[in-house]
Formats: sequence, structure tokens, C-alpha cells
Amino acid sequence: MGKEKKEADLRFNRFGTVAFTATTKVNDFIDFLEKGEVRGTKCKSCGMVFFPPRADCHACLSSDMEWFPVTGKGKLITFSQLMYAPVGFTQDVPYVIAVLDYGDYKVFGRVGDVPFAELNVGMELVTQANRLDNGQINYVFNRP
Amino acid sequence: MGKVAIIGVGQSAFTRSYPGSIRELAFEAFKEAMSDAKIQGKDVDASVVCSSPEYDKQRSPAGVMAEYLGLTPGPTFYAETLCSSSSTGLKLAYSLVKSGLHDCVLVLGFQKMSEITSAESQERMGRGADIQWESPFGTMMPAYYAMYARAYLDHYGVTEEDLARIRVKAAHYGALNPKAGFKKVVDLPTCLTADPVANPLKVFDCCANADGSSCFIVASEQRVKDFGIKKPVWVLGVGAASAPVNMAGRDLFTGLKVAQLASQEAYKMAGIGPKQVNVAEVHDCFTIAEMMAYENLGFAEPGQGKELIRAKETYAEGSIPVNVDGGLLSKGHPIGATGGSQIRTIVLQLRDEAGEMQVKDPQIGLVHNIGGVGLYGNVSILGR
Repeated sequence: MGKEKKEADLRFNRFGTVAFTATTKVNDFIDFLEKGEVRGTKCKSCGMVFFPPRADCHACLSSDMEWFPVTGKGKLITFSQLMYAPVGFTQDVPYVIAVLDYGDYKVFGRVGDVPFAELNVGMELVTQANRLDNGQINYVFNRP
Repeated sequence: MGKVAIIGVGQSAFTRSYPGSIRELAFEAFKEAMSDAKIQGKDVDASVVCSSPEYDKQRSPAGVMAEYLGLTPGPTFYAETLCSSSSTGLKLAYSLVKSGLHDCVLVLGFQKMSEITSAESQERMGRGADIQWESPFGTMMPAYYAMYARAYLDHYGVTEEDLARIRVKAAHYGALNPKAGFKKVVDLPTCLTADPVANPLKVFDCCANADGSSCFIVASEQRVKDFGIKKPVWVLGVGAASAPVNMAGRDLFTGLKVAQLASQEAYKMAGIGPKQVNVAEVHDCFTIAEMMAYENLGFAEPGQGKELIRAKETYAEGSIPVNVDGGLLSKGHPIGATGGSQIRTIVLQLRDEAGEMQVKDPQIGLVHNIGGVGLYGNVSILGR
């Protein structure tokens, strides 16, 4: 009695077609995604940049982070089109996963509405927040 | 400090669906290894049990196995590095023996993947990567390796046909291996016209899930003498490395950094270079993985792996025979048992007991075993 039960912060449950973990110290990532922004973290102490975002810096051991927006074009390093999918994703087939290089960091994710036949290693794409049919959110790579 | 040897090896047949429990599956490899070494349970000081969780329901399988195999009350440890679990077992057993802590350590690898469906299995394997940031996009092992294949093929001008040649070789030797799960010979057109799984990888570029077990026994030089072992195979080098789990953390997509680092460590420890290796087992979970292994192990320069397979240099009669037991592609890939199966093949080769798969008079053999998408890498060098 008298003790107020603190509600668990399960925002990360909303990430991706199927989320596999609900709690993380960087779940403000989800709020940024809601606002249409994809963000990584930067260590305020040593300046190290992280994507995907991290709460803790392994270089200087600081946990003092600030958010930076993933903006502009990244270079497509590699990609693959899946014709078969794990449990929970079969309704999405075929879909394409890829890695974009932004220089200081890289981003792994799904390709949005660029047709597979038009994808080439080296082409430039942008990273965009994306709403999924099942109410979940993620980010995708599209043409600039 | 004395030398460390492998004194016995065993393996179950690798099959699509084993009609028994995990402990019964384990017993098959165990019995063969103990009979091979001609020792008894009381001679084993400690055991290392290796598998990857969530295929069967048993938690902490080491204790269950130690009891069933009659290895209690000796200490038993569980080793897990996904697909490289049982070569991690070799490094741990080597360390236990080399340190003088134990004189005889048994390593048992197993996996019974048939208890779940193939799609569930892809999900489990995908969760061997980054579940927070990657799995929510729908990842699976073929797609991860396919991204390496895309980058590699584009960068070096290598073709899908070059990858298919690796499968043709695997199938050729799989047909000769009584323990292999897939004994059918396949030709290039079959490989090239097969259904795509994750572009550019097609069905025959991918290994299949399997049930299986493997076992090997590691002993000190003193025990080799005590037990009267006729053909000990010496552990000359055990290299290992790890890499960032997330693809965004990788800086190389045309090879596996863990394989480069682990092989450098193993070569240095063994005091040899890649040219001195006479026979190798590499982790060909996908055809692209074997192609990259040729280069990451120093058998070919970067981008030149294709020349090795085109000239059949990695066949048994070639300059560097690789996976002449059919590899993962034809044996099947029971995650936790795979490394031990590779080690068994090299031990048999070095003892001139590999039957139809025997290469001519090998002195030094190498095992390259990778966990996850190059998340863990073990390279072990063995000699007569």
C-alpha cells in the first residue's frame, strides 16, 4: 500500500514487423521514429557516433549521450532479396534487406519502394521512418 | 608443457530427422570416439558439451549428457558459439589440458534441429544475430550470407556459376561419405536453375538443417603414452576471434574478418603458413562462405578464390583439398555438432583412415569453423 507501481516503458515493442525486446534505455528512438526521424546517438564525452543507437560508450565508458539525426544520402554497400522468410515475416515475402554506408556510421534495414531490379551496389539511398500495416514502425531505404 | 593430442573421434550419421532423444543422439558419437581411443569413462577427467540453444527444450544440457554418457562426477562445461560451438570446445579442452588442470577432456557436440519447423529454425538462427536492431526486419542466415555474396560477386567480378562449382564439389564428396545426410551428386545446371532463397543464393548454395552429434577426445602427451595411442593427432594451433554482431558494425563485406584473425593466430601458434596445409575443412554453410574461406585462410589472394575452384585445386587431387567429406553443404549442418565433424574428418585424414575421401599423405590439416554470420571464428591446425 502506498507504493506507486511504476509502469514499465515498453515502447521498443513497437519496432519492426516483429519486435523481440521491449525495454531499452534508447527507446526515445521510437518517439523520434513516430515523428518521422531516424536518429543515432553520439557520446557527449568523446564524440563517438553510434548507429544503431547505444546508451553506453565502450570507448570512454560514458553514458552521457545525445541524439543525432540520420540525414542525407548513404551508399548502398550490399543487399539481398528474401524469397523465403522466418516465422512472423512470411507475409512480407519478397522483401529486401540492405546496408547503407554514411561514412561515420552504417545503417542496416529494409529497402522501401525501390524495385529490386533497380538496386545496385554503390547507388545512393536515404533512410526514412516508416509505418507498417500492423501498427508497428521501422525505417526503410528509398530513393532520395 | 607437453603437447596436446586428439586421441579419438566419432560422429553420428547426419540425418533430417533422428528417431531418438538428444542424449541418445549424443551417445552415437560418444560410443564411436571412446571405441576409437579405446578408453573408458573413468579415463575422462572432464567434458565440454557444445550446442546452440532453443532447438530442443533441454536447458543446460551438459549435466544431462555427462550423466547419460557416464562421465559424472567429473566436471562438465557448456560451450556455445552458435555454429562454431564444438571447435570452441576444442579450444577450451586444449586450454584445460595444456594448463595441466586436466589430462583427458572429452568434447561432445550435438544438435537435434528436427524438433522444430524449418521456418522456426530460420527464426532461431536469425536471432543468433542482433535481436534488438536486425531481427525485427525479418533476417535469416541465408540472407545475411547473401549480402556478403552480393558484395563479393560485385566487387571481384565472380559469378554465381563459380559459387555453384563449390556445391558440385561438395556433392561429389558427399556421395562418398557414409555419414553425409545428402548423398546425391548435383551438376551445374541444377544448381544454377534452382529456386532462389535469398538472392543471389539459391537452394543448392545453402546447407540444410540436420540432426547429428560429434565427439572427440583431447589428451596430454603423458596420457597418449599411458593409453598406448598409436596415431595421436597433435593440436598445433587454436585461433579464435569475434566481430560486431550488427552488420552496421562491419567494415568488410567481401570476407570474414574473424576468419582472417583466427587463422593468423593459428598459423603463428603452429609456426606454419597456409602453403603448408595439406587438407582443410572449411565452414561452407553457404557456397559463398567456402569461397571467402579460401581467401581468408590465405589459400588464395583476395578475389582469386574462383581460380582455385575453376581449376579444381580444392578437390582431393588438387594443391589444397577442401571439404573432401562433402562439407556442410552435403553432410548437413547440425549446428553444435558441425565443428566436431570437421575435426573428425581432419583427424581421419591425418591418420590415413578417410577411405574413399583420403587425400595423399597429409601432414598438416586445418579446420575453419564459423559461428553466426562471421560473429565467431575458430581456426584450428592439427598435425601428425
